[in-house]
Amino acid sequence: MCPPPTPPGPAAGADVERRDARHKVTGTARYAAEHTPPGCLHAAPVPATVARGRVTAVHADEVLRLPGVHAVLSHENAPRLGEPDDPTLAVLQNDRVPHRGWYVALVVADTPENARAAADALRIEYAPEEHDAGPADGHPRLYTPEEANGGHPAVRERGDFDAAFATAAVHVDATYTLTALHNHPMEPHASTAWWTGGDLTVHDSNQGSTTVRNVLAELFAVPRERVTVAAAHVGGGFGSKGTPRPQVVLAVMAARHTGRPVKLALPRRHLPAVVGHRAPTVQRVRIGADAHGVIRALAHDVTTQTSTVKEFVEQAAVPARVMYTSPHSRTTHRVVALDVPTPSWMRAPGEASGMYALEAAMDELAAATGLDPVELRLRNEPDREPDSGRPFSSRNLAGCLREGARLFGWEDRDPRPGVRRSGDRLTGTGVASATYPYLVGPSTATAHAAPDGTHVVRLNATDIGTGARTVLAQIAADALRAPLDSVRVEIGSSALPDAPLAGGSSGTSSWGWAVHRACTTLAERLRTLTGPLPPEGLTVRADTAQEAGKESPYARHAFGAHFAEVEVDAVTGEVRVRRLLGVFAAGRILNPRTARSQLIGGMTMGIGMALTEGSTLDTRSGEFVERDLASYHVPVNADVPSLEAHWLDEEDPHLNPMGSKGIGEIGIVGTAAAVANAVHHAVGVRLRDLPLTPDRLLPHLHGLPDRQG
Amino acid sequence: MDREGTAGRDDGRGEGRDGPEGPTSSVTLRVNGTVHALRLDNRTTLLDALREHLDLTGAKKGCDHGQCGACTVLVGGRRVNSCLLLAVACDEPVTTVEGLARDGRLHPLQEAFVARDALQCGYCTPGQICSAVALLDEAAAGHPSHVTPPHAARAEGAADLTRDEIRERMSGNLCRCGAYPHIVDAVADAHRETVR
Repeated sequence: MCPPPTPPGPAAGADVERRDARHKVTGTARYAAEHTPPGCLHAAPVPATVARGRVTAVHADEVLRLPGVHAVLSHENAPRLGEPDDPTLAVLQNDRVPHRGWYVALVVADTPENARAAADALRIEYAPEEHDAGPADGHPRLYTPEEANGGHPAVRERGDFDAAFATAAVHVDATYTLTALHNHPMEPHASTAWWTGGDLTVHDSNQGSTTVRNVLAELFAVPRERVTVAAAHVGGGFGSKGTPRPQVVLAVMAARHTGRPVKLALPRRHLPAVVGHRAPTVQRVRIGADAHGVIRALAHDVTTQTSTVKEFVEQAAVPARVMYTSPHSRTTHRVVALDVPTPSWMRAPGEASGMYALEAAMDELAAATGLDPVELRLRNEPDREPDSGRPFSSRNLAGCLREGARLFGWEDRDPRPGVRRSGDRLTGTGVASATYPYLVGPSTATAHAAPDGTHVVRLNATDIGTGARTVLAQIAADALRAPLDSVRVEIGSSALPDAPLAGGSSGTSSWGWAVHRACTTLAERLRTLTGPLPPEGLTVRADTAQEAGKESPYARHAFGAHFAEVEVDAVTGEVRVRRLLGVFAAGRILNPRTARSQLIGGMTMGIGMALTEGSTLDTRSGEFVERDLASYHVPVNADVPSLEAHWLDEEDPHLNPMGSKGIGEIGIVGTAAAVANAVHHAVGVRLRDLPLTPDRLLPHLHGLPDRQG
Repeated sequence: MDREGTAGRDDGRGEGRDGPEGPTSSVTLRVNGTVHALRLDNRTTLLDALREHLDLTGAKKGCDHGQCGACTVLVGGRRVNSCLLLAVACDEPVTTVEGLARDGRLHPLQEAFVARDALQCGYCTPGQICSAVALLDEAAAGHPSHVTPPHAARAEGAADLTRDEIRERMSGNLCRCGAYPHIVDAVADAHRETVR
């Protein structure tokens, strides 16, 4: 059992300024490529230009003659690595090309200009082989994996879906598609690495440098204590920096090979092929309900693709195991391994994609039953988590829907689709639910009290923009019962006590628990201390391996509801979001300022998923076509009008001492469905393939009633 | 024009030279009020000159293609993507995010970004702020934008910086963390401050 949350102190829940804000607005916060040790060289990687095959020649001699070139690394001469758990890190180890864009060489030169020119000039010969880049849908080699991401079983069945669906009064049977999506953090993946004797130091852009250190120690066969990986400031990750990426391995290799510090920043256009992405999915959702809209049968079948390098399957059917009453249920994942880049985590893997399909299907069920979509969801609130049968530790989806409806002004909504037209503008509103699991992992931390009354908290948390520095100080101050400004927080280096990554919306809960433990223990020691503090102060270490790793008897999830209003131009087919409002129930919110920023950030990425972000895998070439930010359209400021994030006060005694659930990902979950449902309400046509770009709408806009008003 | 603020390609021996390191030029860059005499590869962008030669890493490299705005700095008071400008072609004074504070006090836009939490990871932030500094000047000078109504675009005087105008004028600076609404708040605050 978890300890119940402690009563909040003055710092928890306070609207506290982001601790690194002043460094960030003055340009003094340094990111991975912004360290230049003396003698630093620059590396430029070379991507494969065939979709499958072998490298037969690397004409290194030609570029070694070019100005400033120090080395060319390829499978012919690169340092041999230990076997990585993640095969995407086994770069330059053999002549195989598993997909286009896989790195086949690395050029190291004295300047970025010389490195890039030599990388462009490097001639590589291939023995190409016939490749298969899909599409996955209907592929003869589709198979059912053991597990989807997160350790979820690929298939779950309860009751008899087929029989219950066949006899249901109302049916929805719809198939939804999502293209591949790319994380594209603003800071491309970068590393600066150097060896000093047998000691390795790396500045790396990642979401958790304890893991990066451990992996590098394995790959380069050095003891962990001789490797330091720092990630003081990280320019976003959204999952793509959750695991070590090839750039850090290549930079360390090059530093070892040349004996010099090496800096390597990946070009933006390489990212889609080498740092993971959200794989495309085809999702069939079938819902059978009774005449009152209560679900009897629910099936969610996901088809997706992975690479031949590594199996990664987004758990997109998993939300259907959590969300609604469903006595008869079947949820499945199937995947095919193709000669394509390797997919990986992207913000809310599984939930973001799966909840698009499920929540769009719920909208279709509302239409089929004639029920209001909010009311339909309320009628399908389960008493327990449908799949596991566990009670919820807390579940405030109904509260989010009701509060959202009130704030948005939902009650006046005319349910008829395609009837609101003013000039060339069609308008509509839509709703969708959100969910994200509560995840937590073991962490360590130390807390130190100095004789001058200040405190230092140390652990290798990573602030990728979440405000970790700030919120951990708040947690520490309350646990110490000390003023917030007496607490200094040191994070962002593997030299600090080990801590898990910033991922799975688990950072604050995992790190915060260890910080809370260390600080409460320290406060206790200080209270019982007789006499003054020793000159060296007092330090306490905490490790939450016992409590944070425990199975819970409860189903623990955050919930939310999105309400969207859109406007569709009947002439151009352009969809604009006018308003987007989200209400979330995610445990105790520890800093409303940074929490709001994360939630609206997730919602913004959801707007992109709904309307602008689309990626085409060219099956002939085996590469993503939209590889830069001019063709892969992340939302810009003008795409994001009125955007509001609210939350409910939620006390959940089954989480951690802070009572927090995690807010980094839930903002993107369900957003795309709310927008797509609003587009249906505006236009009266159900479009199931995202993104809803003008070309997809235009064919349906002719023959609409003439303009009114 | 102040000759110190110009880039010169002449080192007294002609228009640059082709050494063993390839074609280079001597370049004089005036950045944040300081004059720097550099010998640079002719291919060096202003962005790389700032980041790799002057250790001014405030301007960020997000795409190196003029598509994201993270590298935005002020050249001659106008906002430019420093990744698209060759250092040898930069003949006006440069202001980067490091040069906005005065006498240890943050620029009103920097203060507003902090106050509004108009940032998360911070990587786009210097570009957003430099862009916003120029935006306020452009608006004060009456420059219209794509969303300015025709009658207003023809009017004399400063542009009316509505939220729609700010959104439009800040759309050359991507923020993947999605701080846009807070960025609009921050720019609106700073605008109120400057017109007061």
